[in-house]
Amino acid sequence: MSARSTIVIERWTRESRVALAVAALAAVLLAFGPAWLSANSVDRLTTLFIYVILAVMWNALVGYCGLVSIGQQAFFGLGAYFAVRLADSGVSVYLSLFLAAIIVGALSLPLSALMLRLKGGEFAIGMWVVSELAHLIVNLDTLINGETGTSLIALNAYATDLRRALTYWCAFAAMAGLLAVVFFLLRGPIGAAIQAIRDNEQAAESIGVRVTRAKRTIFVLAAFGAALAGALWVATAVTFQPKTYFSPQWTAYMIFMALVGGLGTFEGAILGAVVFFAIEAWFGAFGVWYLVGLGAAALVFALALPRGLWGWVEDKTALRLLPVGYRVRFLGAHTAANAPPSERNTA
Amino acid sequence: MIFINQIVQGVLLGGYYALIACGLSFMFSVMRIINLAHGSLAILAAYALFVLADRYDVSPFLGLVAVVPAMALIGAGLQRAVLERSARGGLLVPVLSTFGLSIVIDNLLFQQFGADTRSLAPYIGDLSYDSWSITDDIAIGKLAALTMATAVALLGGIQLFLNHTQLGRMIRATAEDSDTVGLVGVNARRVNALAAAIAMATVAISGAFLAMRATFDPYAGALQLIFAFEAAVIGGAGSLWGTLFGGIVLGVAQSLGASVSPQGFFLAGHGTFLVALFLRLYIGDFGQRLRRFVGKPA
Repeated sequence: MSARSTIVIERWTRESRVALAVAALAAVLLAFGPAWLSANSVDRLTTLFIYVILAVMWNALVGYCGLVSIGQQAFFGLGAYFAVRLADSGVSVYLSLFLAAIIVGALSLPLSALMLRLKGGEFAIGMWVVSELAHLIVNLDTLINGETGTSLIALNAYATDLRRALTYWCAFAAMAGLLAVVFFLLRGPIGAAIQAIRDNEQAAESIGVRVTRAKRTIFVLAAFGAALAGALWVATAVTFQPKTYFSPQWTAYMIFMALVGGLGTFEGAILGAVVFFAIEAWFGAFGVWYLVGLGAAALVFALALPRGLWGWVEDKTALRLLPVGYRVRFLGAHTAANAPPSERNTA
Repeated sequence: MIFINQIVQGVLLGGYYALIACGLSFMFSVMRIINLAHGSLAILAAYALFVLADRYDVSPFLGLVAVVPAMALIGAGLQRAVLERSARGGLLVPVLSTFGLSIVIDNLLFQQFGADTRSLAPYIGDLSYDSWSITDDIAIGKLAALTMATAVALLGGIQLFLNHTQLGRMIRATAEDSDTVGLVGVNARRVNALAAAIAMATVAISGAFLAMRATFDPYAGALQLIFAFEAAVIGGAGSLWGTLFGGIVLGVAQSLGASVSPQGFFLAGHGTFLVALFLRLYIGDFGQRLRRFVGKPA
């Protein structure tokens, strides 16, 4: 038997086609959310959408690109700040949410030239310093009133129900849009490039991967996404207190979501956001112990299950719901065997 | 003269930064791991000293006799339980696991001690405010001088230990190539556990000085990590005397910044860090390229 006749390389499977159809159906149902959901559910789903954005963006940066940042709250806080700033200077409030993210994305481009030269832990804490610096600079703006903060007053122009629905749609559109961008980016040449960089940067460079360009694309995308999440958060919370937005706690949440869901798996980040959302709803009232639990979970997952819950499911079952890689299937005597673990994540 | 005083105070502040950066820098140079729980562990040591002083009337200096070995044991345990396993997972895992650990430590401290800020200053008598007047404008605090002296002694001691003892040579050899040292009869696991213990002993000392010269609370660790990291990067990561230099540069920048505006303290510190980073990454490379260019005739 020649190798050609016994091996099939495939991306879409029956399960993943079903999963895509279910996801599309869910998207349509969610798009009309404010029409059939209670006010409370709409608010909670808006929060969930923002969590999904944070998890997916952090996962793209860390799980696919191998860049652990402890400073993504810099972009989260700056997104919220620019939204407040733009709305204050007369820009329509919902437009200013997206404009703020674009500004932060543009700012992250020159920053990437400096930060992306750092490796590992140096990059991680270097980004943390950047977020501290961003926090201090934002505090210098008299509009913010230092740590007292300010509010997104322009939101008062909208009636409560309309505001709730508009914020929901903005968050939904942002989530769906960013998920689609990441999905197609990972399936394309950039996806293959960044995963090669994550696994071995020198080797990737030696076979002609443009390391800097690929890293920069993901860095800017992650900054844009975190900024959009921050801007959306200020639209739901209304108040902007710099200390809350520039807190490393946001990064702790992102780490938890991406690690527990599954670092480096597309579905895992979404699963992680849902798990985090549920845990927060059930245990958030425990305060300090809840945070201890989040930290401990991050520690245990990093050591024992670095590919998270979804990574574990993938390894056990070779199940791919929203495939961003390819997989190899053996025919003939091996029909029963799906992709062996060594073939996983072949992009 | 006020200006000179700012610089003098900055240099003395740099002594503290060198002290807190010492353990971080040492661990990075030996194990290639940046421990994100570094600051939180310093705060843990500070609380241990506070409990000894507050409940059992043990002077902080005497308390160190118990806390330094205890932190060293924690360091060895940390190496075995977390760092060693993390390092095997590549560059990513140590960052994630030690950050998770710092969240656990911070919040457990908060659970135990609440949000009150504490200080060891009340337990060290007049050392906390006594000073020598040099001129009318310049005074050198005794505690600040002691901090600086401790930093120099600790950094010098570690340097001597690494260069001139059997154990120091084993640590350096393990840092170079932990597989090969196994062939010549060095137990790399034990050496790394020892190195982590030394790093944590220095963390205990820096926690003591932090708590004596200022106040602390359960979430103060993050800022200490950042200061330590900045000092280490400005001085050139992995070099012990560079760490002292980096600490002093950071301290002077903050001190001068603070004299300009209230926010200037932190702004100048972080700004100096970024400038140092920029110089290291671009000018450092430029220097290399220049050398290569000169060395290779066209």
